[in-house]
Amino acid sequence: MTTDAKSHSHVHIPKVSTLVKVWITLLVATFVTAEVATFDLGEWNIVIAMAIACTKATLVAWIFMGVRFTSQLTKLFCVAGLVFLSILLLITFSDYSSRSWTYHAKPWATNKSLGLSK
Amino acid sequence: MPETIEQVPHEAEADLHVRHHFANAEQQMEASTLGMWTFLITEVLFFGGMFAGYAVYREMYPAAFAATSEFMNVEIGAANTAVLICSSLTMAMAVRAAQLSKRGDLIKYLIGTLIFGITFLVVKAFEYHAKYVEHLIPGPNFHPEHLAPQFMHNAQILFFLYFCMTGMHAVHMVAGVGLLTFLLIQAYRNVFHAHYFAPVEMIGLYWHFVDIVWIFLFPLLYLIGHWHW
Repeated sequence: MTTDAKSHSHVHIPKVSTLVKVWITLLVATFVTAEVATFDLGEWNIVIAMAIACTKATLVAWIFMGVRFTSQLTKLFCVAGLVFLSILLLITFSDYSSRSWTYHAKPWATNKSLGLSK
Repeated sequence: MPETIEQVPHEAEADLHVRHHFANAEQQMEASTLGMWTFLITEVLFFGGMFAGYAVYREMYPAAFAATSEFMNVEIGAANTAVLICSSLTMAMAVRAAQLSKRGDLIKYLIGTLIFGITFLVVKAFEYHAKYVEHLIPGPNFHPEHLAPQFMHNAQILFFLYFCMTGMHAVHMVAGVGLLTFLLIQAYRNVFHAHYFAPVEMIGLYWHFVDIVWIFLFPLLYLIGHWHW
């Protein structure tokens, strides 16, 4: 099948060993995520959990979904999806995280003149 | 028409499955893949909106979220994550079997994927039932035991997000189970082989995507403030 380069140049068949390795890595990563969560690491808990989740997601996309074998155009579309997602998250977070800054940015506007009690 | 395929020359086999508006099999596959990824990007943004809402409320009420996460069953969540990962492996193996024209293996792996997918949904149903029995559905009947009174209001936000996100994920799983059943019938009828397996691969992409969503849902919903208990 793979030797027939003429009619199958676009078909890349993954090795079973590769798929099994990814599967084992994903299971181990799930176990590690659950175990790490039992330690109080403060802010690092969420950082580590998301780092592991992103690694797992990348593995699934790259190997199981075969992004590594797809065309440049498809890869570009995948990256575009992540760019759209980051726009969604960045604008939402910049809004919510900066709401308390509003009046500090206008030193001439006192809380009293804005009708705020505090 | 599996019988006629045997009689045509090898090079022409692939062309039998190329629709007239495509130049060749490669271009047709490229179009399918690109179209599927475009759909998956809209799905990323669909779930992304819920993840953004989750992040905002978690940032607002971190203590309430950490206290409420205690009501999630981590063992069941982790086991279900493993079940989904296994279903992704069998799905990838099914695509491989289709690419190699191995009908028996394809049917075997599709059934495996279906069993894992249904197992996940059944476990999820038991989890939902437990939440219902423990009065953890947001609304007038929300009164969990051993939850500090100051968290009563904000805890419902986490449960609302929990049911929305896992519920939409489950809806996608149900759709996936339907698609897999369709694939299984087609595979049984010997529709797929090395020259035509696009439906298997595209539904595979969808199935893996749903797995990725759960990979993020598990730590975000089940593992907040896990060290407390």
